[in-house]
Amino acid sequence: MKTTKLLAIASTVVVAVSMMASAHAGGTLDGVKKKGFIQCGINSGVPGFSIANDKGEWSGLDVDFCKAVAAAVFGDTTKVKYTSLTAKERFTALQSGEIDLLSRNTTWTLTRDSNLGISFTGVNYYDGQGFLVNNGVKSAKELDGASVCIQAGTTTELNLSDYFRANNMKYEPITYDKVEETIKGFEEGRCDVLTSDQSQLYALRLQLKEPEKAEVLPEVISKEPLGPSVRQGDEDWFKIVRWTLFAMVEAEELGLTSANIDEKKSSADPSVKRFVGAEEGVGGQGLKLGNEWAYNIVKQVGNYGESFERNVGSGSPLKIERGLNALWSKGGLQYAAPIR
Amino acid sequence: MANATPQAAPSKPSLWNDPQKRGILIQVLVLAAIFAFFGFIFYNTLSNYAQRGISTGFGFLNNTAGFGISQTLIPYQESDNYWQVFKVGLLNTLLVAGLGIVTATILGFIVGVARLSKNWLLSTSAAVYIETFRNIPVLLQIVFLYALLLKILPSAKESYSFAEAVFVNKRGFYVPEPIPQAGFDWTIWAFVLAVALVIVLRWIARKVQEKTGQQWPMFWIGVALIIGAPLVTYFMTGRPLEWSLPVLKGFNFQGGIRVIPELVVLWIALSVYTAAFIAEIVRSGIQSVSHGQTEAANALGLRHNQTLKLVVIPQAMRVIIPQLTSQYLNLTKNTSLATAIAYPDLVAVFAGTTLNQSGQAIEIIFMTMMFYLSVSLLISLFMNWYNNKMALVER
Ligand SMILES: N[C@@H](CCC(=O)N[C@@H](CS)C(=O)NCC(=O)O)C(=O)O
Repeated sequence: MKTTKLLAIASTVVVAVSMMASAHAGGTLDGVKKKGFIQCGINSGVPGFSIANDKGEWSGLDVDFCKAVAAAVFGDTTKVKYTSLTAKERFTALQSGEIDLLSRNTTWTLTRDSNLGISFTGVNYYDGQGFLVNNGVKSAKELDGASVCIQAGTTTELNLSDYFRANNMKYEPITYDKVEETIKGFEEGRCDVLTSDQSQLYALRLQLKEPEKAEVLPEVISKEPLGPSVRQGDEDWFKIVRWTLFAMVEAEELGLTSANIDEKKSSADPSVKRFVGAEEGVGGQGLKLGNEWAYNIVKQVGNYGESFERNVGSGSPLKIERGLNALWSKGGLQYAAPIR
Repeated sequence: MANATPQAAPSKPSLWNDPQKRGILIQVLVLAAIFAFFGFIFYNTLSNYAQRGISTGFGFLNNTAGFGISQTLIPYQESDNYWQVFKVGLLNTLLVAGLGIVTATILGFIVGVARLSKNWLLSTSAAVYIETFRNIPVLLQIVFLYALLLKILPSAKESYSFAEAVFVNKRGFYVPEPIPQAGFDWTIWAFVLAVALVIVLRWIARKVQEKTGQQWPMFWIGVALIIGAPLVTYFMTGRPLEWSLPVLKGFNFQGGIRVIPELVVLWIALSVYTAAFIAEIVRSGIQSVSHGQTEAANALGLRHNQTLKLVVIPQAMRVIIPQLTSQYLNLTKNTSLATAIAYPDLVAVFAGTTLNQSGQAIEIIFMTMMFYLSVSLLISLFMNWYNNKMALVER
C-alpha cells in the first residue's frame, strides 16, 4: 500500500529520464561487479516461486535462480538484492535498470520479447493457465457468466478473454493490482473464479483460509513458458543468465548435485570435468566468469531438479509433479545445450 | 535642422545597456534554452528507445487490446483497440469524479453548516466527522470500505432484495432498467419544454418582483412543471416504458442496471473524505462574513433562512469557491486510487494494463497526464467563471 498510483506514474517518468542517463553506462556485468551484488526482480509472494519468511529471507524457484546467477558471477549466493514486483511493475523495472535480472514467473511471448526492450533467456518452468474455484464447478466450460479475479498486466488477462470468446461465454473481469488483493477478492466472494498460471494457483491455494475447499479445474487454456529475462542489447549478460539456467539443467542430466559435486570433482568423466572447470579451455572465460562458475552454481544452489523438488515439488507443500518440467530424457521438456 | 548636431543627441545605448531590449533578449535566450533542453530530452529518449528495441510512436493505439474491462460506459469488446480502452478508462474516471464532486459538495455543505449549528450534538458530530475523515489517508479509507463491503454484503444467491426489483449483493447494486418504447419521445419533449418554460417564468418573476415587490413561489411552480408535465405526458401516451428487471441467472444477475461495488466504494470514500475538507471551507467561509451583515439583515426583518440564503451564503461563496476548486481537483486526482480496488479507471486500464501489455510507457503516461491536466484546467476555468459571476458587483 506504500505506493499510490500517482507515484507509479511519477516513477515511470523517472524511468524515462533515467533511461537517458543510463544509456551510456557500461555493461550489466561490469555494473554488477562494481556494486558487488545482483539486483534481482522477483514476485511479491507466491509460495514455491518467491516468498519471504518472517526474517525477510526469500526463497523459491525464481529466487534460487537469482542465487544461481550470483553463484556464477561472484561464487557467493548472498550477493543478491531482491526487488519484489507486481506484474505491472516488472518490465518497467527491468527497462529502467532498476533491476539487472527479472526472475518472476514471466511468460515468454513474442510481444514481450520484441517490443519491450527485453530478452528472455530460457524457460525455467513450463506452465499453463488454469482456474481455481471454490463452488463445486467441475469444468471451465460451466463458467459462463462468472466473475473472474485476475491480476493486471499479465498474459492471464489476455488468455482469459480469448478462452471465453472462443467458447462463446461471458465473464466479468475483476482486475486487481496485487496478488494479495486478488486472493482476497476470491476469498470474499467478489468473484467465482481465480485464474492464473496453474503453478501459481496451487501456490496461492495454500494461502487461502480453507485450502481444501478450493479446487483447480482440469482445463489448461494456454502455454505459459516462464523464464528469466534481461535488458535487450547486452549480449554478455544475456549469455551469463542463459548459461546459468543451462548449467542447472545440465547438472541434473549429469547427475551432479550439491551433495555429490565435490566428490565427483575428481571424476574422470570428461563432461563432468568440463562442467566443474577442471578441463582447460571450456571454463568460464568466454562468459567472462571464473572457471568454477558452473561448479559454484551446483555446489551452492543445486541442480535444476534439486531446486524444483525443494521449492515446488515433493519436498515442498505444493507437491507439484515434474510433468513438462522433467528432463527431456524423462519425458519432459527441460533440455540444456551442452557445456563443452 | 543642420545645426542640431551630435553632442545634443543622447548616445544610442548598446543593445545590452538598454534595459527594455536586454529584457527581451534574455527572455528569448531563456526560452530558446528551454526548448533546446526539452528537444534534447525528447530526441535522446527516442534514440535510446530505438537502441534498446522498445517501440515508440502512437501507432500502438490501433493495436487490439485483447483484455476485458468490468465497467464500460460505451460499447467495448476485447477485440477493440487501445484507443477504445483509453476512452473507456477516461469515461470511468470522469464518472467517479463527477459523482464524487456532486456528493462531496452536498455533504460538505451540510456538515459545514452543521458544524456552526447552535445545537451541541449536531456541531460536535460534525466536528468528529471532519476530524476523523480528514486525518485518515484516503487510500486506507477506500481499501477498508471495500473490504468491509465485501464482508457484509451477501452472495448473489442470498441477495438483499427490495420488492424483487432492486438487489444488493457482493457483485453489485442492481436496479430495474427503463427501456423506452415507441412514443417515449413525447415525454422527453415535455420535459425539455417544461425546463424552458421554467427558465422564462423565472425571468418574468424577477421582473415582476423588481417592479412590484411581489414574489412568486417560483420553486414550487418549477417543481410542479418539471415533474408534472413529463409525468402527465407519460401517462397520456400510454406509459411507453418497459422495465428490465435484474434476474439471477447462473453466477450473476442479468438485466437491469448494475452498479459495481468498486464504483460504490470509490464514490462513497472519495465523497466522504473530500466532504470533510469542504465542510471546513464552508465553515470558514461563513465565519468570514462579518457579524454586522447578519445583524443588518435581522434589522431589516429578514428571517433566519432568508438571511442565510440572501446575505450570508452569497458573501461566503466568494471565500468558498476558490478553495472548493482545489478540493475538486484533489478529488479528481484521487480517483486514480481506483487501482487499489479494481475499479477500471484510466490509470488502471490505460496507464496500467495497456502500458504493461504494449510497453509504451512514454506515450501512455503522456496521454494520461494530458488527460488529468485538461480535466483540471477545465474545472479551474469553470470555477473561475463561476467565481467571477458570484464576485461582488460594484454598483
Ligand atoms: N505468467 C503470467 C502471469 C504471472 C503473474 O504475475 N501471476 C500472478 C498470479 S496471481 C502473480 O504471480 N502475482 C504475484 C505478485 O504480483 O507478486 C505473465 O507472465 O503474465
